[in-house]
Amino acid sequence: MITTDILIIGAGPTGLFTVFEAGLLKLKCHLIDALPIPGGQCAEIYPKKPIYDIPGFPDVLAGDLVDNLMKQIEPFEPTFTLGERAETITKLEDGSFIVTTNKGTKHHAPIVAIAGGLGSFEPRKPQLEELSKFEDKGVEYIIKDPEIYRDKRVVIAGGGDSALDWSIFLADVAREVTLVHRRNEFRGALDSVEKVQELKNLGKINLITPAEVKGILGEDHVTGVAIEKKGEDPFIIDTDHFIPLFGLSPKLGPIGDWGLEIEKNAIKVDNTLDYQTNIPGIYAIGDVNTYPGKLKLILCGFHEATLMCQSAYKRIFPDKRYVMKYTTVGGVEGFDGTKKEAPKAIVKAIV
Amino acid sequence: MQDVSIYITDREGAQHEVLAPTDMAMNLMEVVRSYELAPEGTIGVCGGMAMCASCQCYITSDHQLNAKEYDEDAMLSEAFYVRDNSRLSCQIPITEDLHGLEITLAQEV
Repeated sequence: MITTDILIIGAGPTGLFTVFEAGLLKLKCHLIDALPIPGGQCAEIYPKKPIYDIPGFPDVLAGDLVDNLMKQIEPFEPTFTLGERAETITKLEDGSFIVTTNKGTKHHAPIVAIAGGLGSFEPRKPQLEELSKFEDKGVEYIIKDPEIYRDKRVVIAGGGDSALDWSIFLADVAREVTLVHRRNEFRGALDSVEKVQELKNLGKINLITPAEVKGILGEDHVTGVAIEKKGEDPFIIDTDHFIPLFGLSPKLGPIGDWGLEIEKNAIKVDNTLDYQTNIPGIYAIGDVNTYPGKLKLILCGFHEATLMCQSAYKRIFPDKRYVMKYTTVGGVEGFDGTKKEAPKAIVKAIV
Repeated sequence: MQDVSIYITDREGAQHEVLAPTDMAMNLMEVVRSYELAPEGTIGVCGGMAMCASCQCYITSDHQLNAKEYDEDAMLSEAFYVRDNSRLSCQIPITEDLHGLEITLAQEV
């Protein structure tokens, strides 16, 4: 069981900044995210895109913003459960919560902050009959352990970075790699496209374009896929695995069944005082919440995280007096023993 | 002209006539959202960067639209339910030329 003060669901910019504001109040945080890396949409959808409305940054790449946030919260030693989706929540008698992920990891905290953005990222699945029948029986949408493909035959479908990157990676692991894409052109980074071209020329990747996988063959496990290529008769490729990589799309998912009030695919919060939900002790901040006048902006998420942490502190320590302190005055005292503070003024007389 | 009329068929098949401003640098996806013709969180997921295809629509009138740029074309090559008249509505800026445009929203993936 992982225990913490504030359990944050979602490691996007809002969730990450919550660690900082909580840290100033000496509260420890643990984050859960369905993605294998922190950063949420900024990392998954648009890491190379610039953002122009983060106060104090005339422009910053989304990926750099995540890197900066990770650096900013480092002194507060946040811990992570990554690649797992928060699935169920149980309220204990003392008012604290246990959140369990889809892999059974349990987390215990007096405060839960849902900073889930548009939801957890789920793979976009191609419209193929019998696709679900072969899930985990040769059809995988996310590559978790490349070793399972060692010396196996693999067909990858897709035209973006992940399809290219995994084709390149598996070319050295799998016995046979086939990449199928609807176009001759690929959307990925130029050097990945060139690398695939090179591996194709070396005969290490079997490239089939413009083509689509139209069917899956097998009894208990995938044994082949049916392919339609423009201008040719449909044909079959024998394979042990079929990996469709068509990107991820966010879904609110199990959080929608936690008894929270949902409106417009978002969690309704009581007011703009502290972004608490209808369940006391559970807060919703950032893109995942809704209230009159809500704007889904990163800068609004930062503000919401800040107010939420003050409220969480009062909830955990109802009898303690506290007033907000400026970091310029109080500095930043990390849990790791580091301390950042403004240098003392040097007093020197002029004689 | 400040506003143009656009006919939008939603994912349930209902047609709506809406007025779209030409002076606010809006795109078609944002017009759909501003009239709440698709549930929040199911359209414009990437914010309008041609990176998710959640705003895919079919152009059903014969209007001359801005040409697809590389990003849009590439995203559509990976999207589902794509037809010859598919476009990402976030990549279509609202201009006076769009008056009378008819579109149908593609189903949610």
